[in-house]
Amino acid sequence: MKFKSLIITLLASSIFLTIIICIWKILATLQGLSFTNLNFNLNLLLSLGLVITCVFIGKKFNHNLKIFILSLLFTILYTFLNENSPMWFSVGIFLLILFFTNKLKKYDLKYLNQDFISEKIVFEFLSLFAIVFFALVILFPFYIMFVTSFKTQTALLINPIDLSIDFSKNIFEIFKSYFVIFKTYDFGRYILTSTYVSIGTVLITLLFAIPAAYAVARLNFFGKTFLSTSILIIYMFPAIVLVIPLYTVFSQLGLRNSVEGLLIVYTSTTLPVAIYMLQGYFKSIPKEIEEAGLIDGQNWFGIIIKIIIPLSLPAIASVSLYVFMIAWNEFLFSLMFLDNPKTFTLSRAINHLTGDAETPRQYLMAGSVVVTLPILLIFIYFEKYLVSGLTAGSVKG
Amino acid sequence: MSSTLSKIEKRTAYTLLLPAVCLVFAIILFPIFANVWISFKEVELKDIRIPEPRAKKIVKNIQDSNSELKIIYKLRNSSLIQDIGEVRFSDKLPKNIDPVNLDQRCEFKSQKVKCFFGDWEAGYRENFEIFVKDVNNDAINSKDIKSSKPDLSGKSNNILLTTDFTFKNFKNVFINNNFVELLMTTFYFTFFGTLGAILLGIFAAQLVNQKFYGRTFMRSILLFPYVGPVVALAYTWTLLLDPNSGTINSLLVNYGVIEKPINLLGQKYLIINILGFELKLRLALTTVIFFEIWRYFPLAFLFILARLQAIPKDLYEAADVDGAGPFRKFFYITLPQITAILSILFMIRFIWNFNKFEDIFLLTGGASGTLTLPISVYQQGFAVSNIGMGSAVSIVIVLLLISFMIIYFKLIGKKANEI
Repeated sequence: MKFKSLIITLLASSIFLTIIICIWKILATLQGLSFTNLNFNLNLLLSLGLVITCVFIGKKFNHNLKIFILSLLFTILYTFLNENSPMWFSVGIFLLILFFTNKLKKYDLKYLNQDFISEKIVFEFLSLFAIVFFALVILFPFYIMFVTSFKTQTALLINPIDLSIDFSKNIFEIFKSYFVIFKTYDFGRYILTSTYVSIGTVLITLLFAIPAAYAVARLNFFGKTFLSTSILIIYMFPAIVLVIPLYTVFSQLGLRNSVEGLLIVYTSTTLPVAIYMLQGYFKSIPKEIEEAGLIDGQNWFGIIIKIIIPLSLPAIASVSLYVFMIAWNEFLFSLMFLDNPKTFTLSRAINHLTGDAETPRQYLMAGSVVVTLPILLIFIYFEKYLVSGLTAGSVKG
Repeated sequence: MSSTLSKIEKRTAYTLLLPAVCLVFAIILFPIFANVWISFKEVELKDIRIPEPRAKKIVKNIQDSNSELKIIYKLRNSSLIQDIGEVRFSDKLPKNIDPVNLDQRCEFKSQKVKCFFGDWEAGYRENFEIFVKDVNNDAINSKDIKSSKPDLSGKSNNILLTTDFTFKNFKNVFINNNFVELLMTTFYFTFFGTLGAILLGIFAAQLVNQKFYGRTFMRSILLFPYVGPVVALAYTWTLLLDPNSGTINSLLVNYGVIEKPINLLGQKYLIINILGFELKLRLALTTVIFFEIWRYFPLAFLFILARLQAIPKDLYEAADVDGAGPFRKFFYITLPQITAILSILFMIRFIWNFNKFEDIFLLTGGASGTLTLPISVYQQGFAVSNIGMGSAVSIVIVLLLISFMIIYFKLIGKKANEI
């Protein structure tokens, strides 16, 4: 029996359990429970006790029965030793312990006796902890954004950590922020503008990029290598160095405060990466297919329309989604070019809301949900295409 | 025969490329060169609008006579700041209609009234009147007169097109504006932001490369911070970190971790006492760097994961046989396999973080010690409204950027093509 690996298992697993319980407790605080003490040391001792019992019982009993009884026992003990808490909180604790003891299934004294086991155990709990950590760190702001939009100004001022949604109110009261931003702040118009600008950018970019990418991929001409390297270099130049000259020129031409101006700028800033991504895919299409088209008497226009585009739909989808995402999320140019609320995009509109310090934060968060939700839904639905677009284009961002 | 074919091919290629190249040239390359021009000029935001002479035409009937009319031109200088020189005016009158008692500044030739108004100072206004009469004493249709529009021209200085240059902007950038601190902040932000994002990316990629329940779900949500709009995410974090009623501060106070809320985004320094040494931490800058890491590690993650999945499995199997643990496997197998992609990633992300504007702008606006070069472009150009200064800072950015790119291509340009 290896003493070292036993100690490591005990420590790693009980610390893990304690941290998870603490996180659950903090999340419960946000639902309006008034805890003021995490009881870290007490819970650590409890967890240690649980792990010791679990390991020493080992595989002597039926596994499911064992974890069920142990979880129930320790949940009762936990609830007894900690502050008063409602039923749903204890159920959460019970489920956490159940999940945890199930993870401990293979850990009995025999298993701990193997060679090089301690490193493996630490790694395993570190991975588990990392999953919890990443999920929490990423989803927490999105969660806060979402729940804050359902609160009222007074409720937030009275208790800023109580973010529970009051379901006893009627549905209009709960969704009040959304009604307000659409009615008073005219968000319906901004959604339309943003959609129009994003889709417009995608279409124009494709219109310009497909022929150019075809030329770079297939045809021989003077300056080809120069062009393909300069595409990437141009792509590296950031928007902030373009802003002042574009601002002055657009002011003098009267293109500021117009959606068309934005379309031109968005298109040209996404063109290099679109050409770069598309030409890579076009090169992978067998040349023989095009030659067959040439023999059939097609000119380059026919070849692009009838052969290249149908064959490279996946790449075109990636590029479109990537460009759509860039245009939808773009902020700098919309800040510079749009002063008139009639031409605002969603991002600019939210920035405009914060310009007034009196704007209640639930409206701001409702606006944020409105701008975030579509792009996240599109991402989840078309993940495969967008990820390949991101990987190819992720030199930028 | 083949030469004509290749000629056709060339011509086709240029036709296909022309629209894209023109657009990119107009919107990306031209501004970069225009920056150089503007940076040597003293231009303010208000100077950008070109002053124009304008006229509004009003036709009025005169009582007791329909063969005579009065035309009033409301003349003005559109600019309240700049003068217009040598203003010329011309308007056409219909046939058989002549002016009566024409103003001295004007002359009438071939049915056209031509005037020379001389110089108009800023904000100049005048109601200029012409009486007209039908030669045959017939009734005048006022619509005929309204149908022609007056034509005005004048010489105004478009300050952007003049050729007087100055080094004042660059002098200001390098000497008066704490340039060293600006540069240090930018590098601090860029370096730690990039490093942190890559380290977190390695962890995340290593994690998702294992098999566990909910792995695909994990992979999708890991990309959320990058996919979400920067405006929404930045404001959410601002509210989270708010010292008055932000969730994180309230939680920390509630659990007794801190006594008073900390203004994470508005406090320049945090003084930490470690063993009697006082450490000054750039608090707001650190917070901004953490946001930056949070938002951009998904990109590093994506790259590294793709590389991890391409590592041959038998390497790990061999290590298993030798009894290597997971940490040793990581340091002796995984890490050497991903160093190439890490170095490329570091360079590219470094360049992009160097240019990052939105994140800092939305979180702090460049206050409390978070002023970086890109924010400075905005501040000089639009907050102080000194366009010339803003351009000068842009030029500094472009020059630094070009030197980074040269280093990048010298060091790993060849490697990048191999991967």
